[in-house]
Amino acid sequence: METIIAAVLVISGLGFLLGYGLAFAAKKLETTRDERVAEIEQCLPGVNCGACGYAGCAGYAQAIVAQGVPVYLCAPGGAAAATAIGRLLGIAVAESVPMKARVHCGGGDDVTSQKYRYNGVADCRSAAALFDGFLACSEGCLGLGSCVNACRFDAIDIDARGHVSIREDACTGCAACVKACPRHLIELVPVDRRVHVLCSSTEKGAVCNKFCSVSCIGCMKCEKACPHDAIHVSGNLARIDYTKCTSCSACVAVCPKKCIIDLGKMPAGV
Amino acid sequence: MSVESVILLVMSAIFINNFVLAKFLGICPFIGVSRQLDSALGMGMAVTFVLTISSVVTWFVHSYLLVPYGLEFLKTIAFILVIAALVQFVELVLKKSSPALYKTLGIYLPLITTNCAVLGAASINVQKGYNLLMSTVFGLGAGLGFTLALILMAGVRERLEECNIPKVLRGAPIAFITAGLISLAFMGFAGMIKE
Repeated sequence: METIIAAVLVISGLGFLLGYGLAFAAKKLETTRDERVAEIEQCLPGVNCGACGYAGCAGYAQAIVAQGVPVYLCAPGGAAAATAIGRLLGIAVAESVPMKARVHCGGGDDVTSQKYRYNGVADCRSAAALFDGFLACSEGCLGLGSCVNACRFDAIDIDARGHVSIREDACTGCAACVKACPRHLIELVPVDRRVHVLCSSTEKGAVCNKFCSVSCIGCMKCEKACPHDAIHVSGNLARIDYTKCTSCSACVAVCPKKCIIDLGKMPAGV
Repeated sequence: MSVESVILLVMSAIFINNFVLAKFLGICPFIGVSRQLDSALGMGMAVTFVLTISSVVTWFVHSYLLVPYGLEFLKTIAFILVIAALVQFVELVLKKSSPALYKTLGIYLPLITTNCAVLGAASINVQKGYNLLMSTVFGLGAGLGFTLALILMAGVRERLEECNIPKVLRGAPIAFITAGLISLAFMGFAGMIKE
């Protein structure tokens, strides 16, 4: 009998001692977790795309609270996420226009000639590494879909002639394709800018004409036609200053090679 | 208790009677946390800490609580109680001081509770009748041996990641074969020190 009582006492005593010891240690070593981090994470889309430059949505939320990083860095979440986080933290966030990816090349199998037949891996980067790509144009879109693979939102399509189109409703402006394109043809442009130059070739007009029927030849007609001083030819290539452009499409009308397009007048997104 | 016998005890616990590779204790974390060198080192250190402290505490519990009341038959329960509390404590400390390591160890940290190496060391201490110093040293040596085994395994497995392993052997099978081979190598130490 004595043994039983001793056993119960010793073990329960030990249990009490350790239990209270732990409770005390837990209080002493309590880790304070900032509630705001979890709340900010709720506002973010949770796709962990890394467009903000941090390791996933959790990392970005942590950085906002700990380092005071700007709240508008989330591309997929866009203005909605920025405003929600801003409301949480009591910061006023200016309305921002969402950015969409645009491909500055209108070339394809039917309009651009090829230097050689490429039979390698179906990846733009490996094709571009081989004699500057198989296209006669050393700056044009290779159409092998590195950007399609990079896109996590299924927003990029390649049609039969090898031309890339971006579906505006699916694009979040995360810039994954911008980084993936070895030709640097993709740019993020505010969604309300509808007029774009679909060429990136800096070759002289006479040279371009030989290998591509839709290339910019640097004829300056668009520059003269523009009422807002928004389009300029430099290095044989017309470039639009999106801060000045009003999408009036005066340049679209005068372009002899039809390489400036107005998305508002196109049937599908480009 | 000479210095020589202490050194011998440590060497014996690390190499000759390595807990993982010769006594086959603590196989779960040995297979589970040996994928990366970093986490293997962290796990090894956590286990070494728990082993050493638990050896000390269980020695006190055994000789001042259990023996005086004639309750040696309760040693397994009492030891598990102490070990579980210690692991909880280590978890708290790690969560506070090194959240990254805490995250890496993940589920394996609370699993130290059920790591038979820890209970094994405590039981062996009692069986062999080690005194406080010997118990502590044995716990430390056992922990170091465990860490060594984990690091060796992680080193091999990191390289295995880049090897062309036959499909059927990928994952756990090749890990078991590797563990067996390392264990075989450690068997070469057997009998070098008289128990």
